[in-house]
This record gives sequence, structure tokens and C-alpha cells, in this order.
Amino acid sequence: MCARTTRILRCVGGAALSCWVMSGSASAQTPADQSLVAVRTEVEKLRQEFDAIRKQYDARLAELEARLAVLEGRQPQAAPAAPTTPEAAVPAGAAGAGGPTGSLPVYGNVNVLSKIFNPDIAVIGDFEGAAGRNLVNPQAPLEMAESEASLQAIVDPYARADFFFSFGSDGVEVEEGFITFPTLPGGFLAKVGKMRASFGKVNAMHTHVLPWVDRPLVTQNLVGGDEGIADAGISVGRLIMNPWVFLEATGEVYRGQSDVFGSYTRSDLTYVGRLRGYQDVSESSNIDVGASVAYGGSELEPGLKTRLFGLDATFRYRPLRRAIYRRFVARTEAIWSRRDLEDDERATAFGTYVSADYQFARRWFVGGRYDFSERAFDPSVRDKSGSLLLTYWPSEFSQVRGQFRRINFGDGPTANEFLFQFLFSIGAHGAHVF
Amino acid sequence: MKTRRFRFCAVLVLALGLASGVDAAVSVVATTEDLAALAREVGGDKVSVEAIARGYQDPHFVEAKPSFILRLYGADLLIVVGRELEQAWLPPLITQSRNAKIQPGSSGYLDASLTAKILEIPVGQITRAMGDVHPLGNPHYWLDPGNGRRAAQAIQAKLSQLDPANAAYYAQRYADFDKRLAQAEKGWDQMMAPFKGLKVVTYHRSWPNFAERFGLDVIGYVEPKPGIPPSPAHTLDLIQEMKRQNIKVILMEPYFDAKTPNAVARETGGRVLVLPPSVGGVKDVKTYFDLFDYDLKLLVSAIKAAAAPTGAS
Repeated sequence: MCARTTRILRCVGGAALSCWVMSGSASAQTPADQSLVAVRTEVEKLRQEFDAIRKQYDARLAELEARLAVLEGRQPQAAPAAPTTPEAAVPAGAAGAGGPTGSLPVYGNVNVLSKIFNPDIAVIGDFEGAAGRNLVNPQAPLEMAESEASLQAIVDPYARADFFFSFGSDGVEVEEGFITFPTLPGGFLAKVGKMRASFGKVNAMHTHVLPWVDRPLVTQNLVGGDEGIADAGISVGRLIMNPWVFLEATGEVYRGQSDVFGSYTRSDLTYVGRLRGYQDVSESSNIDVGASVAYGGSELEPGLKTRLFGLDATFRYRPLRRAIYRRFVARTEAIWSRRDLEDDERATAFGTYVSADYQFARRWFVGGRYDFSERAFDPSVRDKSGSLLLTYWPSEFSQVRGQFRRINFGDGPTANEFLFQFLFSIGAHGAHVF
Repeated sequence: MKTRRFRFCAVLVLALGLASGVDAAVSVVATTEDLAALAREVGGDKVSVEAIARGYQDPHFVEAKPSFILRLYGADLLIVVGRELEQAWLPPLITQSRNAKIQPGSSGYLDASLTAKILEIPVGQITRAMGDVHPLGNPHYWLDPGNGRRAAQAIQAKLSQLDPANAAYYAQRYADFDKRLAQAEKGWDQMMAPFKGLKVVTYHRSWPNFAERFGLDVIGYVEPKPGIPPSPAHTLDLIQEMKRQNIKVILMEPYFDAKTPNAVARETGGRVLVLPPSVGGVKDVKTYFDLFDYDLKLLVSAIKAAAAPTGAS
């Protein structure tokens, strides 16, 4: 390569020299025709040689560019928003968004490619409102109930990490923040960090994926409400292989501080176990069942214990050919709580909910829920509730929901309320929970 | 370890009666039936192949069912369409599969889009105001046989890497597939040659590669924007545009609601063609070749019927 460059330079230099010689010889008093012709021939020869080399270089450059394109095409992770071969224009509608046109601005002095390793970022807004009468447990008429920011990325070849920050009326907290090791030997899947515990179905769900505006009474009364069992700990899950069904066992240990459990010494840990079975009934329908236990220190005082036991079942129907228009989900959970009280007494409370949702059009869902729950420390007080829901999805990224709820409190006046909710999400398209 | 996992897998496969090739060396899971069909072309009886999404299902909206976790648990190779097509459901399945071999970046993970010719890669600023746009380009690339060939070649290279003992077998299978595809392409080109430049309307942006390869000109969509269901205003505009340009053919995927396309067809005197965009989309389409045979035959007969003086009826 270097030698060729030198040759080119030499050619160019030679040509320039000949030109100088030519002008020099023209100003000379003896016009020697023959020598002029010779020089001209020489220049012509050099020019041809130069052209040949240039062509050769152009060809080699084109070949290299082609090779480079192929190599770029085979990069393991394609660069987002760094199109190498833009084949078509942006679909119409960009102008309507008021965004700038042309190429993306690059902030800072770094190559745009360095941002590839940024995690997937999304923000989900949850705006809630309530109307009607509730003297026992009223919520704000209008409230930005939660803004959740999520950051998710692959850490290294052995792990991925997920962070969910919740900005609510009580300030900011890490709702979840954990690392997942999906490739452990022995078929184990481990998670370490702050997590929502795998106790039943509702406890593990973030507010924005609930099929209702609120959480069921049984969750409020027995499993810590919106916060639930969410704590710092370690979770290990394993598939139990068998020829019949999907079976997964999960064992978790937590520090012991949550809205359900209390911890006063290092040994006051919370233990959670769950067994989940799943079976496809047909390609469109399936059944998902689970049994969970949780055991830990009481939130009341040291030495006392709290035990929870839960059963859950979910039936789903979603015809594959009409998956975006129709679906039906029925779910239920039953939870028993046994909490130590002072003076060697115990409170055993039971609660359950039954719920169903039906999607009747691409953007519309109806649903209903029945709740029954005793109070955790006073099982003689029984709350009952019924809800009707209507949900509208303008797109996958936003949702408007209305819920009519009637609660018969065991120790207060009946509440009739209309709750509504706007959910909206921006940023990376996260995976849907199942 | 490998034999134990294999035994688990074999028991499962036997019990569920999912595949006949129990003694296959390489267990392949593809996210769609198209990639599964290509893997079968190349892998022959040395591989067992399963697909996750069915051909009549919208591949954007697959549910991450735990039964798929079991399929991935024993897989040696996972082939994905890529370009964020499976973004809403595949990542949790991979995470929960407990299978180190098929994690992104591992040797058993193959993104078939990396060697494909990708269209509609957006340039400039993109926002969700444009609907559910794919920032990495249109993922429906398998509808160009050229991309099928490229994907098959990538699968051949990957299989040879995972199962070097049978590398010659895979190379020979690929060469044979390549030859048969070239032969078939000649026939398809001949079929479509008289209709070059034909203007059509499609429901979703599933067909740019198909249209480019077979000389169709897509002038509009039933969806106002990708992933956004039809709106009355957009439908009226579309009807007017179709009348103005005298367009008679609407292509539709089998998983969409036919109500709006049918109404548009009634207004414009056109016809709606339900074309499977994937292998397995209809019962008769079992291989990658069947897919184009079926779609092009249907298309040509519809074009001819629409061109008949009595019009569509």
C-alpha cells in the first residue's frame, strides 16, 4: 500500500517536473521540436500510468467498502438508529409529532455507538382518580399515583439486570432492583436484589399490569397492599422436569422488612416458597395454578411470627388467529394468614377474590371482581366488595380504565365509588408479563 | 450433563409426541414457522425443529407461555427473526429457559436478520406518533426468497459450527435448497412478470420485501399507522385514493379483522386477498416453497379476476 502511494507521488512529481521543464524549454530560445515531442510523450505516458493506478485504486476501494458493508451486516448486535442501508423514508406522520427531521443529533463529543450499551429505559405514568363516598379508606380525588422508571439491560454473558424506580406521593423508592443469572448450572435461575416476592399472583405484579385500578381487598388486608411483600433478598427457581406439566419451584429468602413482616435481629428473615404448575389445554387456552407460603417475623413486636399460605388459579383463553381482538382471563386467589398476637394468641384470617376480564374488541375490555377478606388482626371484621370495569386501549402504550366499586366494610358504612385511571408509557417497549 | 438434559428432552418429546426425529443430533427452536421451515430444509434428518409462533398468528403478539420455556430448555439452537419482532415476548422466555446455549450472544443464538436485506430502516427522528414503528427496519423480510436463501445460508453455517461432524451434510442440503429455490424463483418471476408495477394496498406493513421482489407497488395501508387499527377518516382517504388510482387488490394477513378491508373493497369494486405471510398460515402451506406458490397463485388469480371486464363479484 505504502509503496504504491510513493509511486503515485513519484508520478505526480514527475508530471509536475515535466511541466516545469516544458515551460522552461518553451521560454528557451532554441525550440528543439524533437525534445518537446519526447517530453510530451513522456508526460502522456505518465498520465496514462497515473490513470491506470487511479482506476486500480478505485476498484480496490470499492471492493473494500463492499467487504466492510458485509462485515457490518454481520455484527452480533445491530446498531440501533445507525442505519447503514436506509432503503426507505420514515413513514408519514413524523412531521405531525413536531419532531425535528434529518439525522439524529449527537450530544457530547462521543461516538453515537457508545450509547448502545445504555439500558432500555421506559417511564410509565399512573394517574388515578376517585369519586363517590368512602369514609373508611378514602383516596385522593385526583392523584399522580405513581411514575415508574425502568432501566433494563444485559450485564455480561452471565446476567441481566432490571431496575424499577417508583416515584409516588411518598417519595422515591426502588420498587425492584435485581440481577438475574439465567445460565446457572443445574437448571437454576437466581435473582438477587430487591424484589416483589413470588407469593401468589397479585403480589408480584406492578401496579400498571394489574387488571384493575386497585388491588383486591385480600391483598390490602392480608398481604401488605400496594407495597406487598417487597424486600431485599435472594430468589432461586428451578424447573421440575416431568413428562406431564410445566412445574417450577421457587425458594426465596428476604431480609425481613416489608409491609407484612418485621425483622428485629439478623435471624429474623422472611422465607417465601412457591410451586407453580402450568398446562396448555389447547393452543388457545391454558391453566396456571400455584401454591405459596411465606413465613417471617411479625410487624407487631419481636418474637412473634406471621405465616401466609396462598393458592391461586388462572384460566386464559386467547384464540391465536384472533389474538389481538379476543381474550378471556379468569383468576382467583385464596389466602390464609396466621399472625401471632401478644399473650400467646393467634389471629387466623382468610381472604379471596375471583375476577374475570373479557376483551370484546381490539381496544376494549370489560371485567368484574368479587372480593372477600377478613382483617389480619381481627378476623371477626369481614369486608366484601364487588367491582365492574371497562378498559380502553388507544394503543399498546396507553390505557384508560374506569372501575365502579362497592365495598361493604365490616366496621363502617358501605362505600360506593367510581375509580378511574390513565396509564401511559414512553420509551423502550418492554416485554409483556404472562 | 448434556446426556441428562437430552434424556429429559427426549422423554418430553416422546410424551408429547411433538416430533418424530427423537434421535436427531441438534435440537432447533425457531420463533416462527418460516425459520423452522428453512432450518428443516438445511438440517434434514440431523436436526429436530420446532417453532414457537404459529403461521396464522400475529408474530408481534405471541404470549410468553411457560410451555415455550420447556421447549427452549432443551434447545441447542434458537433462531430468531430479529429486528425487534419478538421483543414483546421472547426476552422473558430466554431468561427463564435456564439454557446458557441460547442466550443472546451465545453460540446457540442465531439472529437471521443479520445477513438479510432489510427494508424501511427509518432515517431521522422516529417517534411513537408514527405508530409501532420498528427502529431497526421492517422485520417481515422472509417474504423475499433472496432473504430466505440468506437465512438458510446462515443456518447452514451455524449448524456446521454446532455439529461439525455433519458439516458436509448441511452444506450439501443448502446447495440443494439453493438450487431448488433458484429454479422456483424462475417460475415465480414468470408468473408475476405480466403484472410488474401493479399497485396494491396492504393491511399492515408486512409486505415490503414481497412487493419489492415481485414488482408490486404498495400505495397504501388499511392501518393508518403501523399497529394502529383502521380509523374512519383514514379509510375514506384510502377509498378515494384507490378509486383515483384504480386499485383493485387489498392484501391482508389472516390474523386481522376483515371488516374494514371488505368495506373498502365493496366501495372500490376491488377484492380482499387473505394471504398467509408465513409457513403454516394455511393448512396447505407446509414448506418455504409452498408459501410463495400459494401466495403468488392466489395473487395472480385475483389480479386476473379484478382485470376482467365484469369486475369483481
